Amino acid sequence: MSAAPAYSEDKGGSAGPGEPEYGHDPASGGIFSSDYKRHDDLKEMLDTNKDSLKLEAMKRIVAMIARGKNASDLFPAVVKNVACKNIEVKKLVYVYLVRYAEEQQDLALLSISTFQRGLKDPNQLIRASALRVLSSIRVPIIVPIMMLAIKEAASDMSPYVRKTAAHAIPKLYSLDSDQKDQLIEVIEKLLADKTTLVAGSVVMAFEEVCPERIDLIHKNYRKLCNLLIDVEEWGQVVIISMLTRYARTQFLSPTQNESLLEENAEKAFYGSEEDEAKGAGSEDAAAAALPARKPYVMDPDHRLLLRNTKPLLQSRSAAVVMAVAQLYFHLAPKAEVGVIAKALVRLLRSHSEVQYVVLQNVATMSIKRRGMFEPYLKSFYIRSTDPTQIKILKLEVLTNLANETNIPTVLREFQTYIRSMDKDFVAATIQAIGRCATNIGRVRDTCLNGLVQLLSNRDELVVAESVVVIKKLLQMQPAQHGEIIKHLAKLTDNIQVPMARASILWLIGEYCEHVPRIAPDVLRKMAKSFTAEEDIVKLQVINLAAKLYLTNSKQTKLLTQYVLSLAKYDQNYDIRDRARFTRQLIVPSEQGGALSRHAKKLFLAPKPAPVLESSFKDRDHFQLGSLSHLLNAKATGYQELPDWPEEAPDPSVRNVEEEDLSLIETHVGLLGEYTEVPEWTKCSNREKRKEKEKPFYSDSEGESGPTESADSDPESESESDSKSSSESGSGESSSESDNEDQDEDEEKVRGSESEQSEEDGEKRKTKKKKVPEGKGEASSSDEGSESSSSSSESEMTSESEEEQLEPASWRRKTPPSSKSAPAAKEISLLDLEDFTPPSVQPVSPPAIVSTSLAADLEGLTLTDSTLVPSLLSPVSGVGRQELLHRVAGEGLAVDYTFSRQPFSGDPHMVSVHIHFSNSSDTPIKGLHLGTSKLPAGISIQEFPEIESLAPGESATAVMGINFCDSTQAANFQLCTQTRQFYVSIQPPVGELMAPVFMSENEFKKEQGKLMGMNEITEKLMLPDTCRSDHIVVQKVTTTANLGRVPCGTSDEYRFAGRTLTSGSLVLLTLDARPAGAAQLTVNSEKMVIGTMLVKDVIQALTQ
Amino acid sequence: MIHSLFLINSSGDIFLEKHWKSVVSRSVCDYFFEAQERATEAENVPPVIPTPHHYLLSVYRHKIFFVAVIQTEVPPLFVIEFLHRVVDTFQDYFGVCSEPVIKDNVVVVYEVLEEMLDNGFPLATESNILKELIKPPTILRTVVNTITGSTNVGDQLPTGQLSVVPWRRTGVKYTNNEAYFDVIEEIDAIIDKSGSTITAEIQGVIDACVKLTGMPDLTLSFMNPRLLDDVSFHPCVRFKRWESERILSFIPPDGNFRLLSYHVSAQNLVAIPVYVKHNISFRDSSSFGRFEITVGPKQTMGKTIEGVTVTSQMPKGVLNMSLTPSQGTHTFDPVTKMLSWDVGKINPQKLPSLKGTMSLQAGASKPDENPTINLQFKIQQLAISGLKVNRLDMYGEKYKPFKGIKYMTKAGKFQVRT
Repeated sequence: MSAAPAYSEDKGGSAGPGEPEYGHDPASGGIFSSDYKRHDDLKEMLDTNKDSLKLEAMKRIVAMIARGKNASDLFPAVVKNVACKNIEVKKLVYVYLVRYAEEQQDLALLSISTFQRGLKDPNQLIRASALRVLSSIRVPIIVPIMMLAIKEAASDMSPYVRKTAAHAIPKLYSLDSDQKDQLIEVIEKLLADKTTLVAGSVVMAFEEVCPERIDLIHKNYRKLCNLLIDVEEWGQVVIISMLTRYARTQFLSPTQNESLLEENAEKAFYGSEEDEAKGAGSEDAAAAALPARKPYVMDPDHRLLLRNTKPLLQSRSAAVVMAVAQLYFHLAPKAEVGVIAKALVRLLRSHSEVQYVVLQNVATMSIKRRGMFEPYLKSFYIRSTDPTQIKILKLEVLTNLANETNIPTVLREFQTYIRSMDKDFVAATIQAIGRCATNIGRVRDTCLNGLVQLLSNRDELVVAESVVVIKKLLQMQPAQHGEIIKHLAKLTDNIQVPMARASILWLIGEYCEHVPRIAPDVLRKMAKSFTAEEDIVKLQVINLAAKLYLTNSKQTKLLTQYVLSLAKYDQNYDIRDRARFTRQLIVPSEQGGALSRHAKKLFLAPKPAPVLESSFKDRDHFQLGSLSHLLNAKATGYQELPDWPEEAPDPSVRNVEEEDLSLIETHVGLLGEYTEVPEWTKCSNREKRKEKEKPFYSDSEGESGPTESADSDPESESESDSKSSSESGSGESSSESDNEDQDEDEEKVRGSESEQSEEDGEKRKTKKKKVPEGKGEASSSDEGSESSSSSSESEMTSESEEEQLEPASWRRKTPPSSKSAPAAKEISLLDLEDFTPPSVQPVSPPAIVSTSLAADLEGLTLTDSTLVPSLLSPVSGVGRQELLHRVAGEGLAVDYTFSRQPFSGDPHMVSVHIHFSNSSDTPIKGLHLGTSKLPAGISIQEFPEIESLAPGESATAVMGINFCDSTQAANFQLCTQTRQFYVSIQPPVGELMAPVFMSENEFKKEQGKLMGMNEITEKLMLPDTCRSDHIVVQKVTTTANLGRVPCGTSDEYRFAGRTLTSGSLVLLTLDARPAGAAQLTVNSEKMVIGTMLVKDVIQALTQ
Repeated sequence: MIHSLFLINSSGDIFLEKHWKSVVSRSVCDYFFEAQERATEAENVPPVIPTPHHYLLSVYRHKIFFVAVIQTEVPPLFVIEFLHRVVDTFQDYFGVCSEPVIKDNVVVVYEVLEEMLDNGFPLATESNILKELIKPPTILRTVVNTITGSTNVGDQLPTGQLSVVPWRRTGVKYTNNEAYFDVIEEIDAIIDKSGSTITAEIQGVIDACVKLTGMPDLTLSFMNPRLLDDVSFHPCVRFKRWESERILSFIPPDGNFRLLSYHVSAQNLVAIPVYVKHNISFRDSSSFGRFEITVGPKQTMGKTIEGVTVTSQMPKGVLNMSLTPSQGTHTFDPVTKMLSWDVGKINPQKLPSLKGTMSLQAGASKPDENPTINLQFKIQQLAISGLKVNRLDMYGEKYKPFKGIKYMTKAGKFQVRT
């Protein structure tokens, strides 16, 4: 036999894999292992030099593993090939190794060095798979090697390798939980990763290793929310369910104060989507009406989560949809939960397993929020082809959804179900009818009659189930139903199902006074058949006998004694017990009298009617969508969904420090003091975020609710204060009213702040002292505003206070132009405010604002630097917005304004003026646009490169952006020679158009063409301050770049424009009526633009 | 997360097992078999079965149970969705997903499963990526591999894994660039005894087969996007564009994929294209019953109805049926009591009908239920909701692709109660 030599060789191999030639007696091995023989050929193939043979062998081995056959004896032969060049052989060897390494740990160690080499391979796939296999070999000895490999891979260049590292973390943790601390470090590092590829896997690792370390999430919370939509589906599920738990610990319950807001806001919520502007209005009113009552304010981060998960309801993956649904169910305000119903109903079209899980969850939800699924009642109708378990769940949902109005249709459906062939389903239907009858009083009699009819059904199961349900129903109002009880009594002859017999007997016993003549007879019959009955029936016979004995002892004394005697010798000890106990109770005897005197009370005590309730009643204490919820039992590793906190934990923990902290820290160093989180970083971050949020508020439909505008209230109120005060400082146009404003604002601030941040204020104040002042005005003004909000000091004083603290030398270095940055920047935030939106900002060019502001400051600060001329250039546009904060830009501050001049290069482009100013002490060189990541359709015309910007200098450049008639932000990179900054410009809708001039007739003609869908009309109240022609026109034109159309009547205003990209007409009509009422109409083909414009203009006008 | 996977055929044999963590003994499946026994039919096996140490989550497709073993809390839909994805992937790889096919390709199956999960957490589930990692077996490739010694396993990281469009592989090249879209609508309806509609809704999907070179960026717009009430997208669709402009804008995956599935809003009245006239009666004393059904067109928008099949589960008391169809063929299985009638096309001039008698169990009383009739049909070149694709544009590539759009209406769960 040719295999013989090879065989002995292999045998040796298995004993000492390093030395295949190691001598061994073939016979001794051969006797007890026929396996060796069987795999001889495989070993031989593995030992050859031919890859194709090796591959063939490996394929056969893998096929064996797949079939569950043991191939462990081939381990030595296989492991030798771990370094094989052929990639497929290698892969199959990996498969084999992962499967058997645990069983043959010593031999598995031989392969380790190959993987260690693989970890250094230039090919990322090989690095990743080496790590994968290395971490999958469950051999405790290599834990340190694994740890090292994971740490290294966590900082690999390739995100794919980092993802693999994230996957390896739970593997190592399950192998050796002592490594937890080190692993948490790696997790922390990977959580900070910005790629979507890693996000899902690392959160998975987090959930398995340290779900309790919620603090690791804080800093990454916003990033995760923002990345979520781009993460792959599986990661989305894990992240969403983790964030649900996170949100439960960090935010306040959105339902706690609902009653306060409900009256005002609910209407707006339920209104159609077009109502949103109105909703915003009424909610403003609500906010104004309840300033003192501390309305619930949703944390902006809470809102961020809800908003970013909502689109995922459209995911193709059922798991993602379910995850979002549970998130909304557990976290969203009541009024917003409704959005998930549609998506869940959609899942009912999916595979039956998906249906099964979804229906379970819908059943739980429908108990709490019935209204949510009511419109979809018909989607839960049952088809004869549904599997029984689906049918029963649908029935459950239908029952939960049944109410006074829809009960006729539901019952009609139930009637058809009763005739189904599926008997389990019929039984469930009968129970469902019973539940409907108990829940809805109106149909109780109808249901009862229907059930009684079923008693003549031919199918015994149906009858039995009906009896049981009838029994429960009768218990609610026994008096009227003597007839039914009689009818049931007759059934005892026929019904054999024990539960039904027992139910009938119990009923007759309980209500024997309603059927005084029949009851003893039933007892007689039952006594006759007693020995043949089932146990539960026997127990009820004893009960019946006892009750009859107590009420009608004359007729039944003998019968009772007979029954009790029979029971005394029954096989079942329960029955014997019961008999003994009953006898003692009811038959008066000499010694024991105390209890038997009360026997009647004991037996015939009025019993409460059973409550028929859903088995899904309290399941929502499990996180929906979880395995534990499905099983209604805690599964291993289930993380309890925490209750909402009473007090919201500090939201500032989620603020992320910018990368350019290094720069600041040098300043910190200069001052010799150190702070953990500089206050100003917080501010600028928050502001940035808000700018980002803006598009959502304006373009997402039907979202604006009280919670949203309330979002920004407490914290930004302090900011608004600084705005208004800075405005008042610059007050050229209307200083008087501004002063009033300021007073008002301060009062408001005092009102709201005093509740919210009394303790905060203390903290901030002390903290503020520590904050290095050397960072310049930008930060100090922010702080100033904050301190003024807490201490109600005016900005000026705090400003000057700080001035004294600041080293004058530093102050000189910063040109005052930068002062305008925070002021302008804050203006952009204003539109989230209840008062003073950006659109109200007078048309007066921002330059003037900044001049005067600067002048004021000059007076205060006594600095001698002059204004940079470029700032004074006449730019007639809306207020400046910040593009890059000077701190984030390492001294480069960038603002932008929409100049409203046609862009010379391309008429479709919005021209944007970009102002650069250098506040660092080195020249900035080579300013130009870098690569841009633009949404489809949006394009950018770059500005010519600015070669150098000396310290203290400013420059202006013009660039064009084609926004494609959408308010999507244009994101691009701003590069200097040394750095790149990611910035984004977000156009207000009013800037996407250019004025057109037309006559009144033309206007009317065009308007006639844009009726119906293209017309959006809203009513509004003009406040007293803007009833004059001049102000109205000014406000509208500030908000939107439209041209006025001459108009015959005095109280009608018309404006016209064209969108820049598509050139579609935008026509705006404002019809002012006496007493401030007005109607705003926008006609435009671009409905989205129209809606947003209406919103913006109303906001501008009603301030 | 997912510990192990067992594939079990309908006769209860475990023909494939795969473990991603420590090995779980296949004896865990005994709990599954127990549940299977308790459930009379395969689809009644509960998808989630708790056992003392594990949880078994299963899906049943193509007469195979895919049983996943998990040990700790995982959203059940996560696992179920994954299992379905596994089945879809197999189907994509081998054309069909059946026991013999899986057994024949066991190595590829194993390799694919290995790539799909890492430590029980999904790693690569996009079929475009998987196909780059492990190439699907074709006859040509097998021949080439045996000659040249090359392998089915890719040695580079699939480009999709790292790109922003993970669903599309790069470097796609076709000589004929074509993009086909099938708008397929299904009518789910329950019609009651008297012929009136109890519920009817339209669910639609757009399946695409895109074979385009390079990185095309497509936009698809509808004449009447308002019809779409609830939509779910392939991840490639840009949600923002849809929200703001009701346009589908996407970089398509290569090959076949489901672009969109939608639900037509319930306010729109659903046209029911067929009606069924039925007369099924059992008499109490006699051992014969009468059976007669006629199918006819109703609101067909002038199109012919094809591929009509009628199935009905008869009551247990029916022993046999002797029927004569006016067209098509019919069968009755006396064991399962399933009647099916393959009608074919409906000719409005001569309505198809099926008439005859049923022989009932002698002595048994008449069954108190009437069978429900399930209907299948197809109408070509019609989207019953009236949905129309307006135009398809391609950006980002220079060539002119061939574009095709097909409409079809089918019966979904179309049931007539009698």
